[in-house]
Amino acid sequence: MALVDEGPQGPVIHAMNRAARLAGVTLGARLTDMRALVPGLRVDHADRAGDRAALRQLALWARRWCPWTAADAPEDSPAESHGLVLDTTGSDHLFGGEPAMLAEMEGALSALGFTARLALASTWGAAWALARYAPPRSLLRGVDWANSPMLMQLPPAALRLEAETVLLLNRLGLRQIKAIADLPRLSLARRFPRHDPARNPLIRLDQLTGHLPEPVCPPEAPPLFRADARLPEPIFDPTNHLPELCQDLCDQLARAGRGARRLSLTVYRTDGETSRIEAACASASREARHLAFLFRDRLEKIKPGYGFDLISLEAPLTEAMTIRQPDLAGETETTLELAHLVDRLAARFGSKALTRLEPAQSHIPERAEASRPALAPVAPQPLPATERPQRLLTPAEEVVVLYAVPEGPPAQFQWRRRTYRIARYQGPERIAPEWWHDRPGTRLRDYYKVEDAAGHRFWIYREGLHDDGRGADPRWFLHGVFA
Amino acid sequence: MIPCMPRPDPNPFPPALAAPPLGAKVKASATLSEVFAAPGGEAAALGFVMARLEQAFQERAQIKGRAAAGSHKPAASDRTPKPLTPILWLQERMVWREAGRPYLPGLGPRPLLLMQLSRPADILIAAEEGLNCNVLAGVVAELRGNPSALSFTALKRLALRAEASGVPCWLIRQSAEPGLSAARERWRIAPLPSDANPDDPRAPGTARWKLELFRSRDARPGEWEARHERTGESDEGRAPDHLDLVAAIRDGTLAETGAATRRRGFG
Repeated sequence: MALVDEGPQGPVIHAMNRAARLAGVTLGARLTDMRALVPGLRVDHADRAGDRAALRQLALWARRWCPWTAADAPEDSPAESHGLVLDTTGSDHLFGGEPAMLAEMEGALSALGFTARLALASTWGAAWALARYAPPRSLLRGVDWANSPMLMQLPPAALRLEAETVLLLNRLGLRQIKAIADLPRLSLARRFPRHDPARNPLIRLDQLTGHLPEPVCPPEAPPLFRADARLPEPIFDPTNHLPELCQDLCDQLARAGRGARRLSLTVYRTDGETSRIEAACASASREARHLAFLFRDRLEKIKPGYGFDLISLEAPLTEAMTIRQPDLAGETETTLELAHLVDRLAARFGSKALTRLEPAQSHIPERAEASRPALAPVAPQPLPATERPQRLLTPAEEVVVLYAVPEGPPAQFQWRRRTYRIARYQGPERIAPEWWHDRPGTRLRDYYKVEDAAGHRFWIYREGLHDDGRGADPRWFLHGVFA
Repeated sequence: MIPCMPRPDPNPFPPALAAPPLGAKVKASATLSEVFAAPGGEAAALGFVMARLEQAFQERAQIKGRAAAGSHKPAASDRTPKPLTPILWLQERMVWREAGRPYLPGLGPRPLLLMQLSRPADILIAAEEGLNCNVLAGVVAELRGNPSALSFTALKRLALRAEASGVPCWLIRQSAEPGLSAARERWRIAPLPSDANPDDPRAPGTARWKLELFRSRDARPGEWEARHERTGESDEGRAPDHLDLVAAIRDGTLAETGAATRRRGFG
């Protein structure tokens, strides 16, 4: 198995698995050549952007070990040099020392399905070199680590240099880092003046030995919006402080141009416990009254214990939000009002209670209507041209029907222990099953609109035909009621 | 078949359409109304409520348009079709089991926000929330029986809220006795055999209902036969839900006295 990428002369190998490597597939080779070498090679296209995003996600996941993690995947570098870098200063003792921590990392990564090569050293450069060019799980500690043979005997490629520079160094006869380190610094600086780090062995060497600092820059956490109320005396009921907290939070959100989607209210109790309730908005909001309303009926769920002296309101999830004015007359915006209504109802009855019915593209009656979240974007669909009942029973209820001829119209039916004699009928309207949805063997339906002498109008259907070979005699169902 | 009078009907909601005085009319149609469905008439009640809501909404839009035209030119955005405002539809779970849920393809293009709750008290709370939001085209609550939560006070609250926000509110009552209520209009509805179908003599035609307005603040109580036509919007400029009302009782004096006694009875 190999992944290919588009090169200047047709597809080239971008990555491969172990079996392919053992069969002789090499990185960067052209796909046609490798196909000749390994006829059974399975090939798929590489997804560079997806890989990078996955690596960034993995960097966040790796925060379980230490707070400073970053994805080491610069834009213009080849994929095989990408990796994760973790600054584990001060975290290793939590996992029983450095070797134990490395073993745990490898185990956790392999549980996710990744093969990882790990190494630990005092600088980013040294760890990078060891991870790729030294035996797995190398540890480089000690006082004189920078001059240790393990590091100095690595090839120049371990200096995180570009392929061209590595080739140049090889041609100069510098086969080991030690050889470069032994050169006079002045001549190296003269040979590579003002080059960026990826093409400058001197800078890379200094980064490796720690002469040049290279801190890990973890991606920034999103800004935190939080309003606190510190109380001189413990209290039991946060109701009176809530409007003020909401106003404070909304001011912060307004300064940052954001709106809250989720809120959490935490009280810090005098006995050292905390209690928290959460609320959510259907669309970003920074209106203090609305936010306060979302908590109104749930404050009693807070367990005050012996009282609390700190209340904090946070917005863990926010969205960019701009102020809009729909027209000059200053009318309220329809969608905003509706979003507030949805929030208020969801705060009281749960987020799943409210659904929005919309017409959907289908002839099967129960599929001709989709129920969606209340604020889902609307895609208008045409309504069916034929007459449909005003009420639908879900599921359809089985009825006992008398008919004159097997495939003909019904004459009388019994529904909920009452008999209806059919005075007039309209139909049948035949609706075939949707073969791309339904299981094989689903029977067609013949719908009739029937009316009894008292004026009750029903929509009943016969499921299947007598000789369609899909089960026993067809059954009848009452599916809807007409106005 | 009950004979129908050919003369123009005594329309129960008349002064509105002819020349609505600004402001006053919105409140008149946006109020709390109740409709009691006879057994088997739940779907008819639904159709009736939808027709009335559509009518109320169009009156509202007309008045708004007139007010806008009076002050400045109609905005360019008026020409582009705006998305239809939804109706909040609240259903008690028992009603849903018994009579089914509203089915959008049979009702029209207006989106429904459907909420199914099990306690009548919750329905009333949700209805009040809905009435606070004046972008809804209406709030409809379906309730079964005479629960204690549906007290005069609760209904009065709903009525006041509906009138304050200008959103019409309808209660569909199933197997319920009309007790004390603050609803401004109270209707009874039962299905009638439909008209003859012009295309097919064996098929049911235009739906007909027996409507009775037995308590009203603004209109005279009476009985009607309603003919409910669901036409497409392109048909001769008629509203999609068209309601024709014809007086049910041929003798005008009889209708008068009947209405009078009823009014006295509910005084």
